Amino acid sequence: MIRFLLRRIGVVIPTFLGITLLSFSLIHMIPGDPILVMMGERHIDPEFYKLAMHNLGLDQPLYLQYWHYLVNALHGNLGLSVRSQVPVMQEFLALFPATVELSFCAMLFAVPVGLAAGMIAAMRRGKVADHGVMGIALTGYSMPIFWWGLMLIMLFSVKLGWTPVSGRIDLLYDIQPVTGLLLVDSLLAHDMDAFKSVVMHLILPSIVLGTIPMAVIARMTRSAMLEVLREDYIRTARAKGLSMARIVLIHALRNALMPVVTVIGLQVGTLLAGAVLTESIFSWPGVGSWLINAIGARDYPVVQGGILLIATLIILVNLLVDILYGVINPRIRHAR
Amino acid sequence: MALLEINKLSVEFGSAAHPFRAVSNVDLSVDAGDIVGVVGESGSGKSVTMLALMGLIDAPGRVTADALNFDGKPLLNMKPAQKRQIVGRDISMIFQDALTSLNPAYTVGFQLIETLRQHTPLRGDALKQRALELLELVEIPDAKSRLNAYPHQLSGGMSQRVMIAIAIACNPKLLIADEPTTALDVTVQQQIMELLLNLQKSQGMGLILITHDLAVVAEVAQHVVVMYAGEVVEKSPVTEIFDRPRHPYTQALLASIPEHSKGAERLHTLPGVVPGQYDRPSGCLLSPRCPYVQDRCRTEHPDLYPAGAAVARCFYALDDAGRPTHV
Repeated sequence: MIRFLLRRIGVVIPTFLGITLLSFSLIHMIPGDPILVMMGERHIDPEFYKLAMHNLGLDQPLYLQYWHYLVNALHGNLGLSVRSQVPVMQEFLALFPATVELSFCAMLFAVPVGLAAGMIAAMRRGKVADHGVMGIALTGYSMPIFWWGLMLIMLFSVKLGWTPVSGRIDLLYDIQPVTGLLLVDSLLAHDMDAFKSVVMHLILPSIVLGTIPMAVIARMTRSAMLEVLREDYIRTARAKGLSMARIVLIHALRNALMPVVTVIGLQVGTLLAGAVLTESIFSWPGVGSWLINAIGARDYPVVQGGILLIATLIILVNLLVDILYGVINPRIRHAR
Repeated sequence: MALLEINKLSVEFGSAAHPFRAVSNVDLSVDAGDIVGVVGESGSGKSVTMLALMGLIDAPGRVTADALNFDGKPLLNMKPAQKRQIVGRDISMIFQDALTSLNPAYTVGFQLIETLRQHTPLRGDALKQRALELLELVEIPDAKSRLNAYPHQLSGGMSQRVMIAIAIACNPKLLIADEPTTALDVTVQQQIMELLLNLQKSQGMGLILITHDLAVVAEVAQHVVVMYAGEVVEKSPVTEIFDRPRHPYTQALLASIPEHSKGAERLHTLPGVVPGQYDRPSGCLLSPRCPYVQDRCRTEHPDLYPAGAAVARCFYALDDAGRPTHV
C-alpha cells in the first residue's frame, strides 16, 4: 500500500509541471494584456504602458516569465493579483471556503440520491421504475445548468417564497469568520437563526450544482450494480437465504462501489473547479466567478495560480480515491 | 415419505410467445440420507433444475411444477420470506467455482457467521466459536487465522472447503453439490469429494451430486438420474445402470469413460451436440444422435417407460445385452 502510494505521488510531479506549462501558455495565447484591458477605451501613453509592463515583468521573454513563475510557485509564492495587488493565495483562501461549502452540500445531495436511484433502477431493471429513474437522470445530465437554476429560483424563491434568491446568508447576520464555512461559523457563534439562513441559502444552489454529478452517479451505480448482481457470490448469498435488502446493501453495493467512488472523486474535482455557472446564477462568492473575472481581466497571476491550486486539489482528491479503493477492496490493500 | 419430491418440474426462459424450455417435466426424489447422482452433458439442464429448486431462477425465467415438496412442505408457491427460512438452513448448495462464489470484499469469518446469524439463535462469541468449529470440520488447517482471511488469499480447494462449511453450517437435511470439484486441481478433487462424502455420512444429509464423473457416482450414489437436453432420460438404481443401461444415451455416456475402452484406439464418442434453443428436433430429443434411431423416434416424443429396474425415455429401451428392443 505504501509503495503504491509513493508511486502515485511520483506521478504527481510531472503532472504539476504539465499543469503550470499549460495554464501559463493558454492564458498568454489570449490576445491582450492586463494593462490594455484595464485602460479599456482610454488612450494610453506609450511611455506609461512600457513602464507598467516592465513593473509587472511582462516585457521579458516568455520563457523567462515562465521560469520566474515556476521558481516562485515552487517556493509557494503565486504572486500578486494584477488588479488588486493582493497575494493570489490570500484571495483564493478567502473565496475558497464558499466553494467548498457549496460543493460539499452538492455532493451531500448528489451521492445519496444518485446511489439510491441507481440501485432502484438496477433492481427494477427494464421495468417502469428503471426507465423513469434513468430518464430523469438523463434529463438532469443534459439540462443546461443556468436554465435549471433559473427555473428552480422562479418556482421556489419567487412563486412559493420558500428559499432566498441568492447569496450565502441574509445580510442581517454578522458572523465572525473562523473557518470561512458559514455552516460551521454560525454554529460556532451559537446563532441558530443564522445557521437556518445559511442552510436555506444552500438548498437551491446545492441541488443545481449536484444535478449533473447525481445523474452521473446514478448511471454508474446502475451499471455497476447490474454487473455485480450477476456475480457468483450473489447467487451464494441468495442460496444462504439472506434477505434481498441484505444481499443488495451488503453483498452487492460494496463491490459495485469501486467504479462509483472513481466517478464521485472525479465529480468532486469538477465541482471544486467548475461551479462557475451555479456561482454566477446564485451570486455565490466562490473561486469559480473569481477565475472567470480574472481571465476577462488577463490577470495572469490569478489565472495561473488559481488553476494550479485547483489542479492540486483535484490531484489530492484522486489520491484520496486511490486510498479509498484499498479500504473498499481488500485485494488492493494486500497487493504490493 | 421422500425428503425431496419433484414432480414434472419445468423451467422456461424467453417471452411467453416464444418460450424456451430449459428443463422439461423433471421428476426427482431424494430420501433422507440418500445420495442421488445427476449426470449429463453441459447444457442438459442439471444446474437449472437445482437452481429452480432453490428458488434462484429470476424473471423472465418461469418455474412450474405439479409438485415441489421438501420435507412435506410445498416450496413452489411459498412466500419468499418463508422460503428463505428453509433455503440456506435445511437445503443448501455448493457451486462449481468456489473462487468466484465467495464475496471478495468480506472475510471468510464474516461470510460464515452471516449464515449462522441468519438461521440460528447463536450470537456474539458463540457465533465465532461455531464458525471456528465448522472450519475445523472441513479440515482447514490453522482455522483460527483463516477466519480473518479474504477469499483472494485462499486456494481453490480451500475456498471450496469454506463453501462447504457455509453450506453445512446449519446442519441441512439436503445438500446440493453442483459439480463441486470440476474447477479444482485433480489432486484436490479427490480430497474435496472425500470430505463431502464423510460429512454426508456423519451429518446424515441427503445429497444431490451433480457431476460429469460417472466413476464417482458409481462409488457413492444409490440412485442415478441421467439428463439430456432438459429432460430426464433414465432413472436407475446405481447397481443397475453401469451394467445394464436402458437408454441409448446412458449407454453412450458409459462408453465414453476412458476405463471402459481398454485397448480401443479412440475413445467412444456420440457425434453431435446437445440441441439448443433453435434446433430442438421433433420427436425424441436424442434422435439426431442416436445410433439405433427408428422412424417413430423422429416424429413421436417418448415418455418414461419402465425398463428392468429402471425407467427410460425410449421406445426401444435397451435389453440386458445392450441391444435395442425393436418391436
